[in-house]
Amino acid sequence: MSTHTFVLNGEPVAFDAPDDLRLLWALRDILGVTGPKYGCGLDVCKACTSHINGKAFNPCSVPLSAIAPTDEITTIEGLAATVGAALHPMQQAWLDHDVAQCGYCQPGQIMAAVAKVRQAHAEGRQITDADLDEIRNICRCGTYVRIRTAVKDAAAKM
Amino acid sequence: MHADQPPDRVPTSISRRRFLGYLVAAPTVVAAAQLGAEALGMDGLVATAAASIPSLPEPSDLFDLTDLLTWATKPTANLVAVQMNTDGSASFALPRAEVGQGLTTSVAMLIAEELDLPIAKVRVTLADARPELVWNQITGGSNSIHSLYTPVRTAAAIARGQLLTAAAMQLGVPVSSLTTSNGVVRAPSGQSLTYGSLARSGAVTQTRAVTVALKSAAGFKVVGTPQSRVDALEIVTGRKQFAMDLQIPGALPTMVRRPPTINGTVVAVANLAAVRAMPGITDVVVIPTGVAVRGATFGQCLAGVNALQVVWGKGTEDGQSDATVAQELKKAELPMTPALPLTKTLDDVFTFSFASNSPLETNCAVADVRAGSAEIWSSLKTPIVAQEAIAQALGLPITAVKCHVVEGGGSFGRHLFFDAALEAAQISQAIGKPVKLMWHRTDDFRHGRTHPMCTSHVRIAYSGANVVSFDQRHTSVSTDFSHGLGEIISAYFAEIPEGNTLGYAQAVFNLSQNVPYNFGATTQMLNEVDMGFHTGSMRNIYSPNVRCAMELMVDRVAKAMAKDPYDFRHAFLKDDRSRAVLDKVAQVGQWGRPMTAGTAQGIAFHKEYKGVCAALVEIDCRAATVNRQIEDGVGGPRVTKVVFAVDVGLPVNPRGLEAQMLGGITDGIALALTSSLHIQDGLPLEGSWDNYFYTRQWNVPPDVQIIVMPPTSSDPGGAGEFGVAAAFAAVACAYARATGTNPTSFPINHDGPLGFVPLPRSVLPPEPTDGLDHAF
Repeated sequence: MSTHTFVLNGEPVAFDAPDDLRLLWALRDILGVTGPKYGCGLDVCKACTSHINGKAFNPCSVPLSAIAPTDEITTIEGLAATVGAALHPMQQAWLDHDVAQCGYCQPGQIMAAVAKVRQAHAEGRQITDADLDEIRNICRCGTYVRIRTAVKDAAAKM
Repeated sequence: MHADQPPDRVPTSISRRRFLGYLVAAPTVVAAAQLGAEALGMDGLVATAAASIPSLPEPSDLFDLTDLLTWATKPTANLVAVQMNTDGSASFALPRAEVGQGLTTSVAMLIAEELDLPIAKVRVTLADARPELVWNQITGGSNSIHSLYTPVRTAAAIARGQLLTAAAMQLGVPVSSLTTSNGVVRAPSGQSLTYGSLARSGAVTQTRAVTVALKSAAGFKVVGTPQSRVDALEIVTGRKQFAMDLQIPGALPTMVRRPPTINGTVVAVANLAAVRAMPGITDVVVIPTGVAVRGATFGQCLAGVNALQVVWGKGTEDGQSDATVAQELKKAELPMTPALPLTKTLDDVFTFSFASNSPLETNCAVADVRAGSAEIWSSLKTPIVAQEAIAQALGLPITAVKCHVVEGGGSFGRHLFFDAALEAAQISQAIGKPVKLMWHRTDDFRHGRTHPMCTSHVRIAYSGANVVSFDQRHTSVSTDFSHGLGEIISAYFAEIPEGNTLGYAQAVFNLSQNVPYNFGATTQMLNEVDMGFHTGSMRNIYSPNVRCAMELMVDRVAKAMAKDPYDFRHAFLKDDRSRAVLDKVAQVGQWGRPMTAGTAQGIAFHKEYKGVCAALVEIDCRAATVNRQIEDGVGGPRVTKVVFAVDVGLPVNPRGLEAQMLGGITDGIALALTSSLHIQDGLPLEGSWDNYFYTRQWNVPPDVQIIVMPPTSSDPGGAGEFGVAAAFAAVACAYARATGTNPTSFPINHDGPLGFVPLPRSVLPPEPTDGLDHAF
């Protein structure tokens, strides 16, 4: 048990927890941040996808000991603030295309999609179908086709 | 004039049927309508159950019969109510579950339509378990919108009528001179009153029956227009709350160590005290399904669960593997009708593997059981049975148990059962504290409900250009229907020996399956065996398998007659409504266009839930596609295009309907090509989404077109499950044509080498630590 600090959705947080506790449980069970969902705890389903220093990652598979005080963790709750708007273009595209069904995987889908688009743009290119094929997030409702449309749409506005 | 006086409410119309409802005594305008057994749309099923009531156990065994009958006789029994609020909004507590199918949106649309209120001002919540609703609080069979369509509109129309009455009194003008729009009542003088300002003045002090006419379809402004989900903003901002997101005081994370085989028992635990002393752990207790561990965080519970040293007893299926189940099914197949003389026959048996209906949100529930009461929060599609069964398990009166229905992260039939709610209640009672129970993903695949393995034997006899007989013998591991019709009496009927197989399973099969083609003498029969697996109705129940087998054989008989698959179906379909969807996909999908070797089109049709649909797919089975290297995944053939046409009678929300078809298509692709459970020594081997190969982005068709046909009826049919069967069958037919084979085992990769290394069966897999290495 030790005190852990990092920046969560723009605000510093500090709390006591075991070093080997996975970040997902710290977010959900200790800090009450429930946007990242549990879907497997195995870094497979990607329902908990969030950002660390702007990159997509899965907090279910990162012990608190691996997080530095300067690390900036962004969950779906903090995504819009990263662009200083009520909604990130990706969230808006999700609304425009009515992507969600049950909604359980969608915070993770949106966070993964934002990172995927940023990655392509950083390489100086547009997002392709091959990029979309690489997104591993499970949607058991089967919304994948609408996800693909929304990501392409949002990419044009990012 | 007082609001309680019978007013000149609504202009009467001789030509329009009036519907009975109630104005309910309440502080604001509350209008209600009866949710009737006939509205369940499963009249035959109800009749079957009722006819079987004499075979029920003695009344004394039915612990809740008296309670139920008492509730059922209350004057408000079966009512669903629309309440007007002073802020101008309308509220409705929906006696159904929302699990992604979009029902809250469709119901909000119905209320908005009749009330002339913006959809955004309609607040649909999920009702707690209401035992007095008896058969009317089950979410299943794609029946919700069909059963709610008239009652919900009736209640909303009565509420509007009462708001008009109140406005007429206030303004001193006749009701007939008033109009409504956007939540405002307007008089010819230009005066207007908001619904919010009328919510109190229109209230009545005595409940009374009234009749009302409903809008005709021609006057619809909302129904039939594409609308986005009412909870879309909450979803994309992470604010939508599922059961595990609720902050119930004292409800700490809880997980369960489960047996190495299905239904295995706990013989002994060697280190209970040691695990109780682990960091963060508050309680460890043996329960009927395993050993429960409660702690400060789920991470600590998981460590505790894996530290337990448990001696396990035998389960119910320890000796069973895919091959032994296949033998059981073979023995149980019902005989075919004697073949007709002077005909040619095509005959084959199709095998469908176990499949998982596990949603992305694993089984979970919050339970707070106290000395004389219990409160449960969970995604429940049969909350009445849940309440009754939990009361029985806890030894509490039914009235002491409250079941809150929480929106679910998917269901696909899974939440017809309340396994997690019951288990959470048992744990909470055993330790005397509130618990937040969540199943591990691996357990959700291995110990959760499954779609049972089954075979479908089809024989088609034909002579010249005619099919003279069609026989289908469907043989399945028992499908658990012990949730009954959503209340304990019919659920108990499913529990009695042979009650499930001979009663519910047969009834559901007979009432849902059909041969949509003019195939002469047709028979379709079901036999089910082996009650030891955890099964249930997966989305579309029998139809995906029954229809896949049938459509593959339709392609074979067409080939035998040297006819094109589309032309053959067009000629043999029974009616024009069916031909319309088939023709639509053939035309839009350019049926018959030249295709490269290794690729092909497939076409299939399905009829159910008072609707018809057809799918045309194109598949790529070329080696370069099939052999794509996907890390921890299956490439395999890729469906490259889907054209899907659906006619549900009256589409309430075309955008939501398209979403449901899209989900059904994605399921159909998975069932045909990739997703199954391998049973080995009494347990499914699959334990993660990288083992259970549900459709992933690399399997998704780049081109999907869904066509919602114009209304063909004044009533909406079912949508939630409707897309699966036709999509599955069309993919199977396309695969057969592309590969030039006659596939008989599904999914097609099931019998190949196992595509993953199974996780250990005795403990849960460890939590990874290298997440940052995969950041992108």
